[in-house]
Amino acid sequence: MRRTIKGIAALLLMLVFVIGTFTACAGNTNSTGESTDENTSTETPDTSTETPADDTADLSGTITMAGSTSMEKIANAAAESFMAKYPDVTVTAEFTGSGAGIEAVTAGTVDIGNSSRNLKDTETSAGVVENIVAIDGIAVVLDPANKVANLTKDQLVQIYTGAVSNWSAVGGADQPIVVIGREAGSGTRSAFEELLEVEDACKYSNEINSSGGVLAKVASTAGAIGYVSLDVVDSSVVTVSLDDVAPTEENIKAGSYLLSRPFIMATKGALTEQTELVQAFLNYMLSDEGQELVKTVGLITVK
Amino acid sequence: MIDKSISIIGSYKTKKTVEKVAGYIFTACAFFTVLAVFSITLYMFISGTPAIFEVGLKDILFSSLWKPTASDPSYGILYVILTSLLGTTMAIIIGVPIGVLTAVFLAETAPKRLANIVRPAVELLAGIPSVIYGLLGILILCPFIYKIEMLVYKGSTTHQFTGGSNLISAVLVLAIMILPTVINISEAALKAVPGHFKHASLALGATKIQTIFKVIIPAAKSGIVTAIVLGVGRAIGEAMAISLVAGNSANLPLLFNSVRFLTTAVVSEMSYAADTHKRVLFTIGLVLFLFIMAINLILNRLMKGGAKDANS
Repeated sequence: MRRTIKGIAALLLMLVFVIGTFTACAGNTNSTGESTDENTSTETPDTSTETPADDTADLSGTITMAGSTSMEKIANAAAESFMAKYPDVTVTAEFTGSGAGIEAVTAGTVDIGNSSRNLKDTETSAGVVENIVAIDGIAVVLDPANKVANLTKDQLVQIYTGAVSNWSAVGGADQPIVVIGREAGSGTRSAFEELLEVEDACKYSNEINSSGGVLAKVASTAGAIGYVSLDVVDSSVVTVSLDDVAPTEENIKAGSYLLSRPFIMATKGALTEQTELVQAFLNYMLSDEGQELVKTVGLITVK
Repeated sequence: MIDKSISIIGSYKTKKTVEKVAGYIFTACAFFTVLAVFSITLYMFISGTPAIFEVGLKDILFSSLWKPTASDPSYGILYVILTSLLGTTMAIIIGVPIGVLTAVFLAETAPKRLANIVRPAVELLAGIPSVIYGLLGILILCPFIYKIEMLVYKGSTTHQFTGGSNLISAVLVLAIMILPTVINISEAALKAVPGHFKHASLALGATKIQTIFKVIIPAAKSGIVTAIVLGVGRAIGEAMAISLVAGNSANLPLLFNSVRFLTTAVVSEMSYAADTHKRVLFTIGLVLFLFIMAINLILNRLMKGGAKDANS
């Protein structure tokens, strides 16, 4: 008798545990930026722009996003200002990586999957649609002591494929080149390699799994070269011009700068198939107001 | 007061209920732990095996090419496995002598006052989060190692310079990280050696050093081996610190090559991986899991052996 009771108790416990594990994996939404209703400097209360969302000013509900860490700034800023505009709406964002974000939107656990790379064929065939909301530039950074100010595309390719391993070969001091990049699967890395047409041919000496890590390593290593999103570049490193074009917003928008990539808010199915709320959010992102926001976080508008 | 009244004059029924409930709570707690181990094991096998069938066991374990995002992807982790084995071995070779000798110092030769300074320092070392080790490695160790690297490979055109993020940095960081484990357990083992061993040896005219190396350490052998195995477990499972100093490129593990360990392979790519790439990362996790299981089995054997020695 006691045996059977124990057995049942153990089974129940196991069930609870297993269910707990799965729901914990599926439903973890740590909402970001809820405390910011009053200090949204990015918000523009001017409603003169005719966004379709304006007809439904009484929106309420929750929008969930997950995905690219590169898109953290833009996603948080968008969530904040959208919530300020529609106080009854809650927008939560998680930053799990582009792949994980697309996976989540495919599985339907989030409304929007953020991706800092174009979708793969396996992803689009699963019904995920990309909505480009901004463009990001990738800057090539050197340690501050490096005097090289310009590299041609060929030189950059040679450095990253290992054909050139000393700065003296590209007009710099006689010191070895420490080639730093991001880990396989990173949106920045795939964008960088695609744009340079050196997919799978790069010989990295360091693969670092965050933009901050790349900056830190480049800043502290003599002769280092790395690449990061333009908007995270700080004064600890120096940027280099590519084919005599400096990595600036104007140049990227004009299309003359080599390294730029799209920021995508992907949805499952076309935009018109989404809920009113998600449609309103994405329309907001593409409105003048949303694009203003894109500008304030250091990205380039899509229009 | 109330507690006492239950145990002394409480009715038979109350007592019996309390006993029963307590029994169930203990059982539940025990089951929770077992379930955790069981479900993790199950999960590792369920999520780690699909990639083996997809890619092929041979192509994962015995190929050295790691290009998971290439158009013609290859998922060879031979170098990664070799790095984990070699890196751990080297960390043990450096860390264990230092650790065991520190334990000898603490247990045998140290003046009491000095031991009271060294012991808390060792405990503090155990409490430092691994990310701190990694950061210190990046800021202090890597620039230093890079200087040596530039001297060693001066003028070399074939060597890829790593900026100090290489196997040797990772090994040094690991060696320091396993010290607290090795020291604490070795010290306990040395202290457990019966006093009459030592006294007999000294009475026979052996010097203190002879006594330590010929009598005390051999007598504490099984405890010291346990310490080493636990050190191996700590080193092979460490991820955070070495992900910062190892360079993370899947290369042949040479001293000044940028290398990738089993742990860092999983950690660094999991967040952005998709499809087969992600499943292979789980397979790497499974390989690591099997390594750690093997280490634990060895440890269990050793502990049982040690218990037998003590009883005989």
